[in-house]
Amino acid sequence: MSDLFTYTLRIADSSLILGQRMSMWCSKGPTLEEDIALSNIGLDMFGQANGFYEYAAQLDGTKSADDLAFNRNEREFFNHQLVEQENGHFGITIARNFLHDVFNFLFYTQLANSKDETLAALAAKSLKEVKYHLRHSSNWLIRLGDGTDKSNANIQEGINTMWQFTGELFEMDEIDKQILSAGIGVDNTALKNDWDTLVNNTLQKAKLNRPEDAYMATGGKKGLHTEHLGFILAEMQYLQRAYPDAKW
Amino acid sequence: MQSGKIDKIWELLNTVPDPEIPVISVVELGVIRNVTFTKNSYVISITPTYSGCPAVKAFQDDIKVCLKDNDIENFELKIVYSPAWTTDWMTEKTKVKLKKYGIAPPSDTVVCPQCDSEETELISEFGATACKALYKCSDCLEPFEFFKCI
Repeated sequence: MSDLFTYTLRIADSSLILGQRMSMWCSKGPTLEEDIALSNIGLDMFGQANGFYEYAAQLDGTKSADDLAFNRNEREFFNHQLVEQENGHFGITIARNFLHDVFNFLFYTQLANSKDETLAALAAKSLKEVKYHLRHSSNWLIRLGDGTDKSNANIQEGINTMWQFTGELFEMDEIDKQILSAGIGVDNTALKNDWDTLVNNTLQKAKLNRPEDAYMATGGKKGLHTEHLGFILAEMQYLQRAYPDAKW
Repeated sequence: MQSGKIDKIWELLNTVPDPEIPVISVVELGVIRNVTFTKNSYVISITPTYSGCPAVKAFQDDIKVCLKDNDIENFELKIVYSPAWTTDWMTEKTKVKLKKYGIAPPSDTVVCPQCDSEETELISEFGATACKALYKCSDCLEPFEFFKCI
């Protein structure tokens, strides 16, 4: 496995798993408009994942994008643990997505300057969509945080629950460092300041408290996951596992 | 001869409707970037609108059927991501068609396609398709869809 392949796969995996989480809201949204919004965000995520998987498949040369999405086990997935966390109630979903959207926004802004033309193009395309995903989650965060006591408590619970999964976003392992020094990858560590500023400003507007940094989960990049990923894959991959190579 | 054929392909592409908004063709939508002839085949470069738009797959299939029905077999579709698709690639003529169809075309001011009022309010940033948002006119009170600027 080349470093560039793994690097691309990690980006694709986070998009795919968050997309799958969003698709679980389909027909269960709190209002019709919101149901459509959450499903649409899921579709964008699948589209972005597809672009990165196609590129990874091209780099690999033996596997197709579908193979990568449907024929790998959980230890072979490299997504952030944040995106596999359960949807919970609406406040949990919005908090999780907000924390990830801010990261995605900063990450794709940088990746759009990559020396690798394909990654740069995919990042520029994804960035356009991530901008309104971020607007969507920020608006809800503010509306719920600055809403009733109940809505404030629920969204604060979301932020508190998800906080431990945000440390991983800024990690740099050997692969990241290699790809960064080649002028292709992003320095995740350098995104932390802007992430803090954006998150703090929005939390303040939403009258929410920023949790203390305590234990931070880690492992997604190495294929170590929370118990939720296996259940997501079991559902998502069922058809391809039961009927290998089935086509639409 | 080849350039004549390229013109013919453009002409045919102009008859392939957007699957979600059938009043405009894929050419008018601005997703066909280029048609060229290399080696032994025609290469049609396509830039997808939204990453997750299901119509992208559908109109690729429609293009294949349309060209094959017109005895053009030696072609390939190439997906080009850069520069990313933008609503700026839509012509004024296309925008007029959208408005007639009841969809407010992309612009800085959201104008009601029914009564031309500029007094409109956002209901949801997401509509029936990835490319549209839901609005309501404060004058005629009609709800309508707005083609988002990206």
